[in-house]
Amino acid sequence: MKSSERSKEEKKVLRKQLKTSHSLLKHEGVSTVSQPTKSLVVANGGLGNGVSREELSAPLKEMGELETLTMHPNKPYAFVTYRSEECARKAHIHLNGQKLQCGENSVTLYLGYVDSVPCEEETPVRLPEGLILVGNFVSQEEEELLLTGIDWSPANDDVTAQKSLKHRRVKHYGYEFRYDNNNVDKDKPLAAGIPEECLPVLERCVTNKLINIMPDQLTVNQYESGQGIPPHVDTHSAFEDTILSLSLGAQTVMEFCHPDGRVVAVVLPGRSLLVMGGESRYLWTHGITPRKFDVVPTCDPQPPAHTMPGLTLSKRGTRTSFTFRRIRREPCRCAFPSACDSQTAPSAPSASEPSLPSLPCCHTDAAHLEEEYVHRVYNAIAPHFSSTRHSPWPRVCHFLSSLPPGSMLADVGCGNGKYQGVNPEVIAVGCDRSSALIQISAERGFHVFVSDALHLPLRTASFDACISIAVIHHFSTQERRLAAVKELVRVLKPGGRALIYVWAFEQEYNKQRSKYLKDQKEENPENHSLTDEASENSQEPNGKSSRHLEDEHKTVGNLQDVSKVTDGKLSVHTNRTAFSTQDLLVPWHLKEGRRQEEEESGGSGLDSNISSLPVFHRFYHVFQQGELEVLCAQVTGVKVQSSYHDQGNWCVIIEKMD
Amino acid sequence: MKLLTHNMLTSHVKGVTKGYPLLIKATEVKVNEVDFNPQFVSRMIPKLEWSALVQALGQRQDLPGELVADYEKDDEFLKKVHRVLLEVEVVEGCLQCPESGREFPISRGIPNMLLNEDEV
Repeated sequence: MKSSERSKEEKKVLRKQLKTSHSLLKHEGVSTVSQPTKSLVVANGGLGNGVSREELSAPLKEMGELETLTMHPNKPYAFVTYRSEECARKAHIHLNGQKLQCGENSVTLYLGYVDSVPCEEETPVRLPEGLILVGNFVSQEEEELLLTGIDWSPANDDVTAQKSLKHRRVKHYGYEFRYDNNNVDKDKPLAAGIPEECLPVLERCVTNKLINIMPDQLTVNQYESGQGIPPHVDTHSAFEDTILSLSLGAQTVMEFCHPDGRVVAVVLPGRSLLVMGGESRYLWTHGITPRKFDVVPTCDPQPPAHTMPGLTLSKRGTRTSFTFRRIRREPCRCAFPSACDSQTAPSAPSASEPSLPSLPCCHTDAAHLEEEYVHRVYNAIAPHFSSTRHSPWPRVCHFLSSLPPGSMLADVGCGNGKYQGVNPEVIAVGCDRSSALIQISAERGFHVFVSDALHLPLRTASFDACISIAVIHHFSTQERRLAAVKELVRVLKPGGRALIYVWAFEQEYNKQRSKYLKDQKEENPENHSLTDEASENSQEPNGKSSRHLEDEHKTVGNLQDVSKVTDGKLSVHTNRTAFSTQDLLVPWHLKEGRRQEEEESGGSGLDSNISSLPVFHRFYHVFQQGELEVLCAQVTGVKVQSSYHDQGNWCVIIEKMD
Repeated sequence: MKLLTHNMLTSHVKGVTKGYPLLIKATEVKVNEVDFNPQFVSRMIPKLEWSALVQALGQRQDLPGELVADYEKDDEFLKKVHRVLLEVEVVEGCLQCPESGREFPISRGIPNMLLNEDEV
């Protein structure tokens, strides 16, 4: 009896283990071997599922002397190599299927032998240009003095502009950051200046030449474990170049992101001073991901011989940051105009001085409008934009999957390249006007180049298929939209097909509201983060039918007057609402969602100047029902094969006739 | 830029009639290993301008000037084509229009084919 029960338990472990090794192979390319070796993969024992280095190494060390323990950030497994095969065998026998308690959770470890430990090349992390981190900048006594100097009681709110936030606590000294104009009221200093306790610290900064002018504004932020701040750049026009941030209390990790996609995580220990100047202050965003643990390098004071330094988890505690800044009295003239509100006013207009463009009336004006309100914007928002564009739209995938193997495909306006790998049997090249987005798709290994959709540098009649997804609505005149379709047709072979998607004026179709209208959580348009079912269901019910063109001509005629633009200026669309005109500017908020927006309404500071994040406006011409078909019908030698409404987009498949 | 992309690219400067093939002026070239899929490669070959590929390689590769019959059965040949089309990458340099002499820069492996206002 007893032995059969045991074997039942053993079978369960074996079954789970097989499943684990299968999924490791499938998803991670880690293959286990049946013959014992010195190295094991420890599934479920990774930083990615909340197991710290210390917690894992304790039971592993009981089995024998370790050579290495490799833990990659975000992976749910670890690799251990013992000095001898004997120890590895012992670990396999005793730890496989065993539960490991880590913090409040427990995980079941599954071990398997591996021939070799995949080593990720350690790339030396370079701090962003202009960033300096000084450890132990203040003593423990000074830390204590500074922290007790902050009176968090609500009694003097108006003196120091204290904000009660849902999460983070914030207090301002010297000047208050205002959210209505994304700037500082430079003529209205607060009653309370920078507290005296800070002066010795600031004087040391001057003496050490970390700054050359005394700051006159201080923002104090207090974060509990699990709190953070979205990525942002401190408003250029509000503050001078160098910004000091003193970290007190628990350590945290601040992430710096360059517009080209580079990310540098900087560990900020308690009592350290971060000096942000130049590129790191003007161009890189910085933020703190809200979480309770950070993945940080181990700081073992005496690493045993043959033990590689690795990564582990660091639990967050309460951290207070003191951010010292100098108010800027003149417009910013930094070398980073793409991120500068003083220099790129049209893309990020200030509330006080709206200078919206007009609808273009000639070719040159149109090109300039698109340069300012499409190309520059996409380059500036590329990393954030790309991070919201991960789910390919199902009906685009359907078109791609219908292409015969070996078809030549051109993805014109491929963005981050999310459609390039959908059908691996086709030979795909992609292009985009945005070099920043193309950079991202190139890094994914796609065949791409930078090009304008009006002048494709591609051989005539050389492609079996083209896709143009969410591109043509960015052209600001009818002639240019037509030229874009003509260019697609030119590169198609006779018999080749193109799929075109444009944003629809009608966001409600057949009594179905589009995902764009429904999705109140999302701040930015077109975030069709389609889960497969939701998307299919919310599409046009009789999706496969194509309507008659004649009907659509009429519809266009009837609806034409909505496209009139009052007083010649383009209007700014309110996201997640129905469109009121066809030509408009759609805001892009450089952040990640509504929840953060709510948080922002309270705080400010180095760690909280979120509302100073620029808002970018992109030009769109949203298409009315039938308009896209009419546009395509103007190109000679083209047949509209089918057309449909998909998630607030009008879509056609056209064929180049023989 | 892989030579597959080069094979599809042409100069599109206003007024140019013979913009193909573009001349490659490479200052940095690297070779990345890519999984060899003979079927994929043999399907690709009829889509190419063969002479442009041969011309792009110049003296460096021994590809036949004319496509041979039954190439899809010749694994050695397909491997060579695979290598030159998908593994060789021009990282830095430029592409030059054979007619106008206009140079399109290649940086970090990406050709920039944008034209100036006076070129369209």
